[in-house]
Amino acid sequence: MPDLGTYAFAVLGSYGATILLLAALVGLSLWRGVRMRRALREVEARQGTTHA
Amino acid sequence: MIALLLRDLRLATRAGGGFGLGLAFFLLVAVLVPLGVGPEPALLARIAPGILWVGALLACLLSLDRIFALDFEDGSLDLLATAPIPLEGVVAVKALAHWLVTGLPLTLLSPVLGLLLNLPGPGYVWLMLSLALGTPALSLIGAFGAALTVGLKRGGLLLSLLVLPLYMPTLIYGAEAVRRGADGQGALTALLLLAGITAGAAALLPFSAAAAIRVNLR
Amino acid sequence: MQTSAGLLPWVAGLSALCLTVGVIWGFFFTPDDFRQGSTVKIIYLHVPAAMMAINAWIMMLVTSLIWLIRRHHVSALAAKAAGPVGLTMTAIALITGALWGQPMWGTWWAWDPRLTSFLILALFYLGYIALWSAVEDPDTAADLTSVLCIVGSVFAVLSRYAVNFWNQGLHQGASLSLDKKENVSDVFYLPLLVCIAGFVLLFVTLVLLRTRTEIRARRLQALLARERMA
Repeated sequence: MPDLGTYAFAVLGSYGATILLLAALVGLSLWRGVRMRRALREVEARQGTTHA
Repeated sequence: MIALLLRDLRLATRAGGGFGLGLAFFLLVAVLVPLGVGPEPALLARIAPGILWVGALLACLLSLDRIFALDFEDGSLDLLATAPIPLEGVVAVKALAHWLVTGLPLTLLSPVLGLLLNLPGPGYVWLMLSLALGTPALSLIGAFGAALTVGLKRGGLLLSLLVLPLYMPTLIYGAEAVRRGADGQGALTALLLLAGITAGAAALLPFSAAAAIRVNLR
Repeated sequence: MQTSAGLLPWVAGLSALCLTVGVIWGFFFTPDDFRQGSTVKIIYLHVPAAMMAINAWIMMLVTSLIWLIRRHHVSALAAKAAGPVGLTMTAIALITGALWGQPMWGTWWAWDPRLTSFLILALFYLGYIALWSAVEDPDTAADLTSVLCIVGSVFAVLSRYAVNFWNQGLHQGASLSLDKKENVSDVFYLPLLVCIAGFVLLFVTLVLLRTRTEIRARRLQALLARERMA
């Protein structure tokens, strides 16, 4: 860890917040993606169609 | 188109039409702010331009959903859309009606409220001028927002979220004009830019609003 | 769907690579700045995020226009997908900016033109996303949000100038330019470029991923409607 001096809070806070937000965005996007895929597969199986 | 204008004006000024509501709200803002920030005259004088403009903005916001929603609900909007006058004209007329019932009274009442907020003497002319030039833009932008949300049940809050950011340039130039005028600095630039926004809104927004209404009428 | 299925792992991988390399390079292997100390390390997050916040909106504008003119459904859904990504980028820019500003300017927030413009941009994103959620019919939502995006873009530009008129500001002038001769020295510039590339690729990855999800969601909605009517 480089010596961040008095600015440790600012720098680590920034990196922390960014990583958190991006992880949340990616995570939510993936989760919704999986959910939709599963739901679509279910309904398509029920109706006997396949997707494009 | 005149018939439409008169009809809308009549509907708005009837009992239950909401006329006066905007004015009352404007007055309330002018009372609430000193209660909130303290009665010190120097402070009020400095924030008066901004408060008056924000008050005008919020007061205009109140009656926006009535521009199209009532006609949408009883089917008159469908009729208007297929009438001989272009829908863009309908939007412009309705925005004008809104202004006559909201923006214009606000402009006329503003000096009284300026008094309450200790607006410096030179500012009054600029206050009325800026409101006269800027409130039409508020009606036009508001009409656009109303057109977007006309089909929604609880569209009021969303309407505010959509319209308030669009109000910001008008607010900035309007309040700046009053502030600079009150200070004795040149307020003309701000006023011209304000007028520019109103003119641009009048040119662009009837078309966008009409497009949104057609989409919502499908 | 098939092209994006093939593309997705590559873009995702490339983005992860650039981000990792860029962030590690910038964080661990660059010196402190003469004036700003170690806070200069925030640049590797703040600048790319801010750039993407703007670029995301521009992409949404273009795809909205394509939807209105050519009626490609994917276009409208891509704009919808990009909204939350742009909003997150704006949030990152604002938060890292505040954390950077505190030690540098002595305040968490200042009504400086650039910061104010970004705050206004965040509000535009919120309105756009809210309108998509509020309207039930997907085609109506696509049309309305597209019109909002276009009118919003005009007002966003107007706001930029209005806010400059309103306050001169203390945010640093543009220090990145294409000819590299500006205020950011090489030592910081190269890892910054890698980070920018990483953020761009991340944006593309997320939009691809989210658009696929939107396409599936749309199809799901249509199939469920068909069931209800049968």
